[in-house]
Amino acid sequence: MAESNLIMVGVNHKTTPVELREKLAFTKGKIEDSTEKLGSFPEVEENLIISTCNRVEIYARVKNVDQGISRLKSFICDYHEIPLDQLDNHFYSYCEEQTVEHLFRVSSSLDSMVLGESQILGQVKDAYSLAKSLRGTGIILNQLFEKAFNVAKRIREETGIAENAVSISSAAVDLARKIFDDLETHTVMLVGTGEMAELAAKHLMSYGVKTIYVASRTYERAASLAKTLNGSALDFDAFKDELYRADIVISSTAAPKFIISKDMVERAIHQRKNRPMFFIDIAVPRDIAPEVNDLENVFLYDIDDLQAVVNANMVERQREAELAAEIIRVEVDKFNGWMDSLDAVPTIIELRKRAERIRRQEMEKALKKMPHLSKEDENNIHQMSISIVNKLLHKPTVNLKDKTRSSEGQTYLKAIRDLFHLDD
Amino acid sequence: MTLITFNIAMIGYLVASLEYFIYLVYRKQFVSTLAAITVGVGWLFHTLVIIFRSQETGHGPYTTSFEVAIFFSWMMVLVYFLVNWKYKIKDLGSFVIPVAFLTLLYATFLSKEAVVFPESQFQILLTLHRTLSILGSVAFAMAFAAGLMYLIQEKQVKSKKLGIMYFRMPSLEILDNLNYKVIVVGFPLFTLGFMTGSIWNAQMNQLSLFSWDLVKTWPLVIGWFLYGLIFFGRLLVGLQGKKAAQFSIFGFITIMLTYLLHV
Repeated sequence: MAESNLIMVGVNHKTTPVELREKLAFTKGKIEDSTEKLGSFPEVEENLIISTCNRVEIYARVKNVDQGISRLKSFICDYHEIPLDQLDNHFYSYCEEQTVEHLFRVSSSLDSMVLGESQILGQVKDAYSLAKSLRGTGIILNQLFEKAFNVAKRIREETGIAENAVSISSAAVDLARKIFDDLETHTVMLVGTGEMAELAAKHLMSYGVKTIYVASRTYERAASLAKTLNGSALDFDAFKDELYRADIVISSTAAPKFIISKDMVERAIHQRKNRPMFFIDIAVPRDIAPEVNDLENVFLYDIDDLQAVVNANMVERQREAELAAEIIRVEVDKFNGWMDSLDAVPTIIELRKRAERIRRQEMEKALKKMPHLSKEDENNIHQMSISIVNKLLHKPTVNLKDKTRSSEGQTYLKAIRDLFHLDD
Repeated sequence: MTLITFNIAMIGYLVASLEYFIYLVYRKQFVSTLAAITVGVGWLFHTLVIIFRSQETGHGPYTTSFEVAIFFSWMMVLVYFLVNWKYKIKDLGSFVIPVAFLTLLYATFLSKEAVVFPESQFQILLTLHRTLSILGSVAFAMAFAAGLMYLIQEKQVKSKKLGIMYFRMPSLEILDNLNYKVIVVGFPLFTLGFMTGSIWNAQMNQLSLFSWDLVKTWPLVIGWFLYGLIFFGRLLVGLQGKKAAQFSIFGFITIMLTYLLHV
């Protein structure tokens, strides 16, 4: 593989505690400033900074890999005024194709704290468009990042890495959507005003739930939560009689005993003419008698059940991550192929082949017209044609090799290929 | 000619069943597309079989057991296309197409002899009876598939052991709805088929309307009763969900028994 001179240096949630990470964060203003500073170092050709709450990473294309890595490390330390020896153990760095692989992993969220989460891709995209607008990136980093976005998309589509819920409230929503089809037409009742219940309710609302009832021992709390959720408050004593209205019941009271019994649900389901009900009990100690789950068309999940679902989904995601790693290996190879095509050597070889072919053809034509020449004269003409071609091509070849190492190298390479029709 | 086209159709459904199964497990979009194309090709040949057969016998495909089987299977694939187009339930094919295949496979063991019925003034009743009964049975077969999927999904959610099928299959509500909708269409058709059959039997043999051969018709009576329960039960007593799914599975078994005993 051609040397790409790509490097990256960074810290993330696995290598560095949050107290240190937050000191290293680059805000937008700092990125603007730093991108320019990094660009002014003679050994840095292109650079890009990603800064999220879980990671700070600088990607760069440099003239020399080792010098580049220590340059980036010392830059991060100097910029944040932290001595290098305090940070050195926390840094990780990659060069050449490892850099490519790492970026692909990061943007596909294989490197995230929550495997398969979707935020990171947006953050990398933002970092890229900022760097691009600041002219921190050039032809290679642009290609690398565009490719990384494609890879992330491909992994999202072809593997189940982002498919299954990995938080309690999203697992509850997923279950609700496997029981009910269109959440818009269904009613949610919150019993108790716990924070988790609120979160789950908001999550359900984002899937279209419109009607929400809130019941709480203190009516004021019910009323205030109902207001934020755009629902209506119920008297705590009344909720038992209104239970039948709810398709989804989320319970989160601090009651020491069960407050929803099997009888109560049996009555409600009878009133509902057997339309299914989904009970989510996120209270500890539990609010809903476990026997409720034995009733037909009634489904009850407590916090442990939901946690078990989350764990199972996590395992499933890990399995899918292996598929994703396979895709990344293939894509890294493809990227290497692209890098190779940027190399001057194949172009030079093609150019020479082209010239040699023309020389031969013209020689043959000329010699046919001059049958009277002696062997020695023929040889002389041969030698002359060879040295004309060599001399003509010598300077362009040397210059091309030089130029491809500079930032305008690709322009030169493309110009040569176009001028000589090498891609035909 | 009929035999070759028949075999192509049957093999098409077998291959499509396998493809749907692979899709169910491995979730590759192209396999699903391939399966749909395979079913489509199989069904075109299946259509040819019915055309050829009708040309041979001079009447529609509902006289012998063999004809009823191929017509039933043909209708089922057609209805599958319609339902899939409307509801977009991926994986319904994994449940319906194998039934279409098995029906054709069963048909290969039946006599392919054409039967010419004596001209009768009651012919129209008989034709109506057979057509309506087959259409009703096809609807019941769809209800069977939806019911089976419902029970699998219900078990996963209820037992809190969310396996591969949990993620693959649609919501309980959709499956329950599909089950009900096909029965709403199928039950009246089947009932009309049942009635025209009784009238034909009474007229032909100069008997009263209710003098059925109970040995041959007991499963039919049970099945009709079960579907009637689902049909009216939802509105009256809220019979839905798991019970409706179970009833439509039992119901379909009785319909198959009826077919074996009756046609």
